[in-house]
Parts: sequence; C-alpha cells; structure tokens
Amino acid sequence: MKKAADHTKPKRYGMVIDLDKCTGCGACMVACFAENNIPFKKDESEKLLSITWMRVYKLSNKKKYPDTDICYLPRPCMHCEGHEGHSPCVSVCPATVTDYSTETGIVSQIYTRCFGCRYCMAACPYHARYFNWWDPVWPKGMEKMLSPDVSVRMRGVVEKCSFCYHRYQRAKDKAYVEGRTDVEEEEYQTACTQACPARAITFGDLNNPKHKVYELKQDPHAFRLLERLGTNPKVYYVSSREWVRKSGDNYLKHEEPGHIATKH
Amino acid sequence: MKIDRRSFLSLGLGVAAGSVLSPLPWKLTDDLSIWTQTWPWTPVPKDGAVHYVHSVSTLCSGGCGIQVRKVDDRAIKIEGMEGYPGSDGKACNQCLAGIQKLYGPDHIQTPLKRVGNRGEGRFAPISWDEAMSMVAEQLKKLRTEGKSQTLGCVVEREYGTIPQLFKRFAKVYGSPNFMTMPSYLDGYEQIFKIMQGEEAIPGFDLENADYILSFGSGLVEGWGSAPRMFQANSLWKEKGVPVVQFEPRLSNTAAKATQWVPINPGAEAILALGLAHVIIKENLFHYDFVNRYSARFEAWEDGQGTEQKGFKDRVLDRYDPRYVSRVTGVPSSQIEKIAREFAKAESPIALCGRGAGHTPGAIFEFHAVHALNGLVGNINRKGGVWALPKPDYIAWPEPALDEVAKKGGDTPRVDGAGTETYPAASSLTHRLPAMINDAEESPIQVLLVHGANPCYCLPDTETVRAAFEKIPCIVSFASHMDETALMADLILPDHGHLEKYQDVPAPEGLSVPVIGLARPVVAPLYDTRHVGDTVIQLAKAMGGGMADSFPWKNYEECLRKTLGQHWKTMEEKGWFSPDFSGPDWNEAFETPTRNFVFIPERYGKDTEEAGVSPIEVEGDPITFPMVMIPFDHVRIAAGPVGNAPFVMKTIEDTLLRDKDIFVQVHPKTAGKAGLEEGVLAVLSTPKGSAKVRVHVYDGIQPGLVAVPRGLGRGSGDEFMADKGVNVNRLIGPVEDPVSGLNAAWGIRANLTIA
Repeated sequence: MKKAADHTKPKRYGMVIDLDKCTGCGACMVACFAENNIPFKKDESEKLLSITWMRVYKLSNKKKYPDTDICYLPRPCMHCEGHEGHSPCVSVCPATVTDYSTETGIVSQIYTRCFGCRYCMAACPYHARYFNWWDPVWPKGMEKMLSPDVSVRMRGVVEKCSFCYHRYQRAKDKAYVEGRTDVEEEEYQTACTQACPARAITFGDLNNPKHKVYELKQDPHAFRLLERLGTNPKVYYVSSREWVRKSGDNYLKHEEPGHIATKH
Repeated sequence: MKIDRRSFLSLGLGVAAGSVLSPLPWKLTDDLSIWTQTWPWTPVPKDGAVHYVHSVSTLCSGGCGIQVRKVDDRAIKIEGMEGYPGSDGKACNQCLAGIQKLYGPDHIQTPLKRVGNRGEGRFAPISWDEAMSMVAEQLKKLRTEGKSQTLGCVVEREYGTIPQLFKRFAKVYGSPNFMTMPSYLDGYEQIFKIMQGEEAIPGFDLENADYILSFGSGLVEGWGSAPRMFQANSLWKEKGVPVVQFEPRLSNTAAKATQWVPINPGAEAILALGLAHVIIKENLFHYDFVNRYSARFEAWEDGQGTEQKGFKDRVLDRYDPRYVSRVTGVPSSQIEKIAREFAKAESPIALCGRGAGHTPGAIFEFHAVHALNGLVGNINRKGGVWALPKPDYIAWPEPALDEVAKKGGDTPRVDGAGTETYPAASSLTHRLPAMINDAEESPIQVLLVHGANPCYCLPDTETVRAAFEKIPCIVSFASHMDETALMADLILPDHGHLEKYQDVPAPEGLSVPVIGLARPVVAPLYDTRHVGDTVIQLAKAMGGGMADSFPWKNYEECLRKTLGQHWKTMEEKGWFSPDFSGPDWNEAFETPTRNFVFIPERYGKDTEEAGVSPIEVEGDPITFPMVMIPFDHVRIAAGPVGNAPFVMKTIEDTLLRDKDIFVQVHPKTAGKAGLEEGVLAVLSTPKGSAKVRVHVYDGIQPGLVAVPRGLGRGSGDEFMADKGVNVNRLIGPVEDPVSGLNAAWGIRANLTIA
C-alpha cells in the first residue's frame, strides 16, 4: 500500500446517495458511460454481460397492490476500505492490478496489468466489477467521442468504477499549477454526481468535516450495503423508508440497519 | 554420443529445472498478455486542447441547457449548463447521450431520393440542386393547378423561428394546413382559451407550490422539462411538500410521491370534481378569487335569457364523494381528506397530462383540474399555474398574400382544427390520417415534415402508414433516419442537433418565459443543410411574392435579425429571458366578462346533458377482457427521436430483453390468464396484436396491461431498431367530442399465452 503523501492529510473519498431523491432516471449511468469510454453492444439487455460501472437497481417492498412500493438504488464501486485497506478485491488480486490507496481511499484498477483471472469479480459482493468478454467496437465514426482521459479497455480485462480518478488527477494538477497543495471539494466531483438531475448523489472526503458528505453520512437514516460483511464500503445511502434500509443487508428482526458494523 | 536412459532423464530434468528457473516462460506469458492487450483495433483516443461550448439541446422537448466538452475538434461529452433556466446545470439522460446521435450511424449524410417502394427504405443519394428543384417543381405545379391548400406541414411544436418559417411558407403558398404534433400542451392551450380567454402557454411555479396534486402526470417521467422536474421533486422532499399521485399503476412518480392513490383509469376528471365538491361544500375555496374574479360559479343567464346552473350547483348536485368513490375507486374518506389538505395549503397546485404528456386527453379532465386551481385561487400567483404569453419575439412583417394564397388560406383545415366543430383547437394532427384515408383523393398532396415523426408517434400507426401511402409527395427534413423519413419520397437532411444555430423557446412548463440558443458545437459532418436555409431557398425558388416574403439571405441572418438586440446576450449567455410580470387578477383574464370562467360557453351545454363520464375506451369487453394502458418510462424516449445507444443500455431487463418487450400485469390478472413471469404471450387489441413477454408486477391495478411507450422503432441504428413493440401500433385515437383532442388513455385488450 502506498504511503500517504506527507504534505496532505489522507483522504477517504466517498459518496452519500439520497434514495428519497433518486428517481431512477439513469442520467448517472449515461454520464458515467460517456465519461469513462464504456463500450456498448447491440444487445445490452443481458445485464450479466453489460458493462455498467454505475448501475441503478430497482428495489421492491414485495407487498401486494396497493401497498406495493419501489425504490431505485444507484450502485457504483463501493471503494471498500475493509480493515486497513483490505478490501475484498484487493486481497485476492494476484497481479496487483487493484489496490487501495490510503492517500485517497480509492480502489484503483490498472487494466494493462490485468490478465483476466476474475478472482476480484468473485470476491466483490456488490457485483461492481465487469469483465470484457469481447473487444469493444465503436461503429465507424463513433470512436470520435472517446475521451483521452480514460484508456479504452480491451478484451480479457476486468474494469470498474474509479470514482472518476482522472478528474482527481486533473484537479490535483490544477491545484499544483496554482500553488496549492489541496484539492477543493467542488474541484473534484465524479461524473455521476455532476450529472444527477435530482442532486441525489453527494461526493467528497468522508474525513473532512468541511465536506458535505461528512455531515450527511451521519444521518440517522444512513446505511451501507451488506455492512455485516465487514467490507467497510465508502458509499452511504440515505432513505426515510425502513423497508429500503432493510433491503441493504440481511437483518434479524430486532436489528436496526446502519448500526451493525462500526462506522469509521 | 550414445543416449542412454540415464542421460535422457537428466537432460529432461535439466530442461524442466531450467525452464522453471529461467525467466523465459514468465517473460513469454507477460509478453503474451501485453500482446493480447494491444490489438491495433483498440482505439487510443487522441489528446488535445480541452474546451467547452454552451448550447441548448433540441433532442427532446425539455430544452436542456448543455455544455459540450471538446478535445480539439471532437465533441466528447455533454454536460448540463450551470444557470440555464429550468435545467440549471443538469440535463436529461437523452440529452446527455446526445454525442452518440451526432457521430452515430443513422445520421443522414446527403439528400436522398426514394428508389424502392414507399416505406421500403431504399434511397439513392442525389445532389442538393436536384433535390431542391424537384421539390420546387412539385410545389409550383400544385400551385398553378389551384390546389395550394393541399400542401401540409407537420412540425413538432409551434414556437421558434424554424416552425414559424414553415408556417409562413404554408401561408404565403396558400395553405392553412400547418400542423403540430399532439401533446398535453394542446389541452392547456384550449383551457386557457375557453376559461381565461387567453392565447397562452402553461407555466407551473412548482418550486414555490406547497401541495401537489397530480392526476396521472409523470412528474419524474418526462412530463415538462425533465431535469427541472427532478430538481423540483428533490426540493419538495427537502421542504416536505406533500405530493399526491392519482394513477392506476405504481409509476416512478407514484413511488416518489408522498402518497400514491390508485384510481380507476380514465376517471381523473370525476375525481377532480369530487375534490371540488368537498372544497365547495365545506366552503374551503378562495373567496376573493371566486367572488370577484370568476364567472359562472353561481347560476347565470345564457344568451337566450335562460338561467343555467353554475359550477357550484353542478358539482354539488352530481359529484358527491360517495358517487365519485364508486366511479374512481378512491375511498370517499380519502377524497375528503385530500380535498381539505389541498384547499388549506398556501399554494396548492393541481396538474394533469398523463405520463410524459404524449397524448392530450379529454378536455373535461383539463377543465376539472384547472377548475380546482381556480377554486383555490392559484392562477397567476406564486406557486400556481401561470398563463404565459406565447413567445412573441418573432415580429416579422405580415407577408403580402396573392390571390392563390388568400383563396387557399381561407379553405378549412384538413384536420378540422379552428373550424366550427373545434373552434378552440389550433392543430388536431391525429385526425389527419383518417381524413386522408376516407377521401377519394388525398386532401394533402405534398407533405413537408420537420422535427416530427408522425409515422411513429401518432396513434394507430397502421392507419397513419396507409394515409402516408396515399400522399403523392412526402418531403422529410430529418437529420436522422426515422419512421417518417422512411416513408418520404425525398429527404433534405437538416444539420444535426450539435451542428447548427437555432432558437429554442419556452422550456416546457417553466413559469418564466425563456428563449435559449442552440449553436454549432462542431462543423457539419456531412452534406446536410440547415432546414431554415432550405425553407428560405425553397421560397426563393418559388419566386414572386413568396420570395419577397422571405427577404433574408440565409437562416442565420433571419435568426440574428429576429432576435435583434438580444442576439448578443444570447450568444454570450446562451439564453435570454424576456421581462414578464403576470398581470393582477383584475387584468389577467380576457374572456368577454374579463374574469375566470368556471363553465365555458360551448362546454356548458355539452356537459349539462351528459354530465362528465369517463372517456370510454375502444373495443368490446367480451373479446377483450383486459384494458391496455401505455406508460412512459424515463429511460425510454417516446418522442420523435429514439434512444441513443447509451440510453438503450440503461433500460431494465424487466422492460426489454433481447428483442422482446415486457408488459406489466398484476399477479391476479396473470394467474387468470395462465401467465407467469417472463413467458411469451400475445397481446391483442382491436388495432392489432403483438408478441410480448409478461412481467408480473404488484404495483398495477388488476385487469390492466401496461405497455412501455417508445420501443419498437422501425428505423435508426442497430442499437434501438426493431426492439420491442411500438405501443402506438396497438392503440387508436378516441376523439374528445368537445375539443377534438385525442382523449384515449387506453384500449381494450387481451393477453394470451403464445
């Protein structure tokens, strides 16, 4: 693991997603596809084969008409901190493709190191990782829309959400040029956060009391997915509806969501 | 040298040990993995200077203000433009994926002439000169034959310089048949005319409203300007504003609402009147507004001197909550509770226009809902419904009309709008196909289509197709291949949405007037021409008075002159917002009595006899025991332009799998028909049948079959074409007897196992 740079405090970038506001429109997914050069195929309805770094799931309370209720849940990579950076995927990667950065709290993925063993996919409890079964193909002319900030992946490698790490690099460069050591909250925002028309996604440094996420994650209605696994994810969800909070993990009757694992 | 067993084995062992210890196999594996990852066909995007261009997206009717990130001359990504009225830094998923429409394979690249049979999709490229002279020739011939009124123009919306150029063209040519595509805005337009005496477009001050009643409007499913509605919805959550959604199906809007009230489909108007009943009976209405600024609330005398019942008595007599409860399926206690809460709120607002508002609906519904807003006095007030003036910045001099133009212009419109039967309607395009099919010779001889896609969007697509078969000449100005362009004889392709200047007025539903400016982000990629230029050049080719009515050199000059002093602001800021302060109630209404009319003139007689009954849907209940309702889903574009590949990718696998569309039915309905989750079934209606898959969904009223709108595109790229079923193929229009608008909210149907 990398050592935190001396001149800046270690950061733990994370998200708080307000599920009461999320309308399931999918703008976050589209913004993510466009930002990260995510390929598209003729048929994307087989979701196991569809690469979506950000995927919006639909939850249901499974009650009968007219007591039925649904809720949407956007799922990026959780950038699990695990215990001292031992996130599930990082622990199993034999090629050091994926690593937990103590400087930013971001779980990286270096495509050219990956030889496609897919251990990380098996280890990830959130299905946040995707395998390139085919080489990506852009219809003639459409490769013009590819962004130079993110390398295009190839057949045989695993990919996942990077919290738009290239945007962090860009922001850091800018700060460096301007003689600053730190990146401001609004200077580094992920593409999905920027795009969310409901303003349901908030992104920032969970360690920094000045960042909005710091306050929001302490909401009594905040919870994380599959907390009892001890993955210590850095994406928090907020919902006023109890059944939604309970969908985040398997709970016993007396258990309250959001209070199973210690919050860091 | 003799090789014995011992030396053979030691050699073997040596090779084995050497391979393990030598770096060679590891190096080879490494090389292999690098080699397999650097195929020459894996693109390496070129780096360059990054900059942003501001524009307004014209892909959907929401009018999202956008900024496009460019690397050198390549457009990379669309993001929202900060500060743009309504969308403010955000954009809908369709607009966000807009780059794919620019570089995508279905961008029309050159003028095309049909060579195969109509609709077959076989076209040959021709030159612009040839294409233009062919159209001009056709138009000249028709005009000399004295049939100028048989020219038809279909555009999506009426406002902006481009539709207005078409309107002007039709006018000076001598045809009244300038048509726009149906939407819920047509209902509001008529309601403002008959209840407020105004030519206006609706603005909803949703950010300041504190109680929202939605009669089936898909507030977060494409109704109005999508990004603005999402933000309003979040604001309501923050402020704790109650949102009540009346709908037979648990839509996304219903799930987001504070309260979802399931209702029998088609009974929305009755429910609104039931709420009005409680408000009037319990004296909860806005006294000042009702007493001083409204008419016909109490009994009134008609033209013949006969006393007519006022709105109050009609509602009190007929719409008792118990009766309303029987018709709508909403418990009377709930009706009373909601009515009280609504009336007691500071700025309550009632909204209608089903789903994303692709079909207008019955005028009774608009009337009942708008009357609710009237009762609580929330008209032209903070947090209420505003009658905004139609965009009036286009002040071109009245064109001089020659004899042909005058004669042709005076003939009645083919769709019947503005005639004695439907005086308040300005366009009834859904009536056009039947008019053409019923006539011996098509009353439309040349049809110009721009920005609209009637062959996909109008109900009963088979009839529309048949009608289009009968039109001798169809000219499409599409920039992307669509169902209507496929039926055309000539395609004069317009620039794509990121390749041209265009004014984009009035984001739907915004409570302040705004004019946005779309501007070229990249230079046109292909041999296309700005549709504005094409129209101006066509007029010039017609010569005489027609040429004189289009004095501009080209479209850009026309746009600059039209916007005049505002051009500079718009170039710099991206939009311009004309001064607007709504008039006070004593000056707001332009009806003969200068007030808000609860019972409009024509309307009064019709309802007195018939009362308001739910609009019946087509089909007999024995052959078709279920009822099909179309629904809008925010990840499926149901307008003229279909989904971009990225948006296709976001569609859930409970809506579309491979090429099969899913229809939603209640477990009971499915059980009765012997259907299970995911099975193939045949959905049939009086209009046709289609193969579908079944999605068993608890959030829908038993007996209904809900079908997503926007799939089943017959053209476009491989990512969206031929996937699912176009619901418009299975449903026909139901004419509202008063307004002429399409009031269909569903159709009888049957669902059987395939």
